[in-house]
Amino acid sequence: MTVEQGVHIDEVLFPILEKVSDPEIPVLSILEMGVVRSATLKDDHVHVKITPTYSGCPAMDVIGDDIKKALDEQGYTSEVELILSPAWTTDWITAKGRKALEDYGIAAPLGAEADKGVLLHGKRLVKCPQCGSHNTRMVSQFGSTACKAQFQCDDCQEPFDYFKCLK
Amino acid sequence: MKNKDLYNYILGIADNTLILGQRLGELCGHGPSLETDIACTNISLDLLGQTRSYFQYAAKLKGEDATEDTIAFLRTERQYVNVLLVEQPNIDFAHTIGKQFLFDVYHYLLLEKLQHSKDVNLSAIAHKSIKEVSYHQRFSSDWVKRLGDGTDESKTRMQDAINDLWRYTDELFHTTASDEAMIAQGIGVDVKELKTSYYERVSAILDLAKLDIPESKWFQEGGKKGIHTEHMGYILSDMQYMQRTYPNMTW
Repeated sequence: MTVEQGVHIDEVLFPILEKVSDPEIPVLSILEMGVVRSATLKDDHVHVKITPTYSGCPAMDVIGDDIKKALDEQGYTSEVELILSPAWTTDWITAKGRKALEDYGIAAPLGAEADKGVLLHGKRLVKCPQCGSHNTRMVSQFGSTACKAQFQCDDCQEPFDYFKCLK
Repeated sequence: MKNKDLYNYILGIADNTLILGQRLGELCGHGPSLETDIACTNISLDLLGQTRSYFQYAAKLKGEDATEDTIAFLRTERQYVNVLLVEQPNIDFAHTIGKQFLFDVYHYLLLEKLQHSKDVNLSAIAHKSIKEVSYHQRFSSDWVKRLGDGTDESKTRMQDAINDLWRYTDELFHTTASDEAMIAQGIGVDVKELKTSYYERVSAILDLAKLDIPESKWFQEGGKKGIHTEHMGYILSDMQYMQRTYPNMTW
């Protein structure tokens, strides 16, 4: 898999970190989510830097523990550092990650302009992850977790989560 | 402590997000509808998350045995320096929204400037937080408009809330000696300079909401000096209960 520029992840650590997922969105690996900003290896000691999606995201503590556990199982000692800068953006979710979100029933974030359109002006641009219709509307700007808004599809009537654009 | 002014400056920002976060948390399971309940508690979570980042930094500066938890839970009322606005009771949904709106507009303007702080930690927290606060501001502004331009009942309540809370807005733009020291060093934001834009933005939304802009020129202050309204003690007794009853307990 590929990660965006500026992210340094030691090749041997890829398969290990890829298995760690966001506890609130289990189908999404933390690498696909873009929360791992670097992972370096020195003498069997791993230094991982992660960045939170939202400041209060309770998943971050769990993710930190899960990373340590996964590395420990492979015989590495590790430390996990939380960094705030540069701030996480939904642009860092990889193409594979977006696909995984949709398969799981969560609509992937639109671009910043389109996002404003749906959240502020009632535009119908978000694709329903169930039936594929764009005849969808926002129910609430805030959803089941800090990163999501609540939507409903007016064709299949299913409610679903939309991953809000954060830029 | 070496960085006493910086430490005080951080608390001046973070006590606001802590206390407002705690106030909003009271709506968990008690919001007027499921969506607003979830929205208010999500905003609360954002604010408490931001508070953690500030307090973790403050704890490092303080050294000794300080942690984010000791700063949050083990101070006495006079040691909290949040503005009076954020500690005001929720009363009804109009007051909850009015308080949120009057704070969000200020909060956004503050973070816009704090992003350019010479202190890299504060700048990073501001960059992160402003994305969240732009959502908060949208939410509270929308509700001010909806309630203000709604039924006779909702309009009366929204107007009453704005009238009641207006007296606490001027304090947002006061500075302490530590604030001034940080402003001089390019670390702190000179909030005095935000005042004009603040009242312009707030007035623009109140106009859209068809609400009257309060004319009263009398303002209440004290929070930044640790002199709080009677509501503060109740918040703290609720918030600090676990740490006071079971010292050093952890989650």
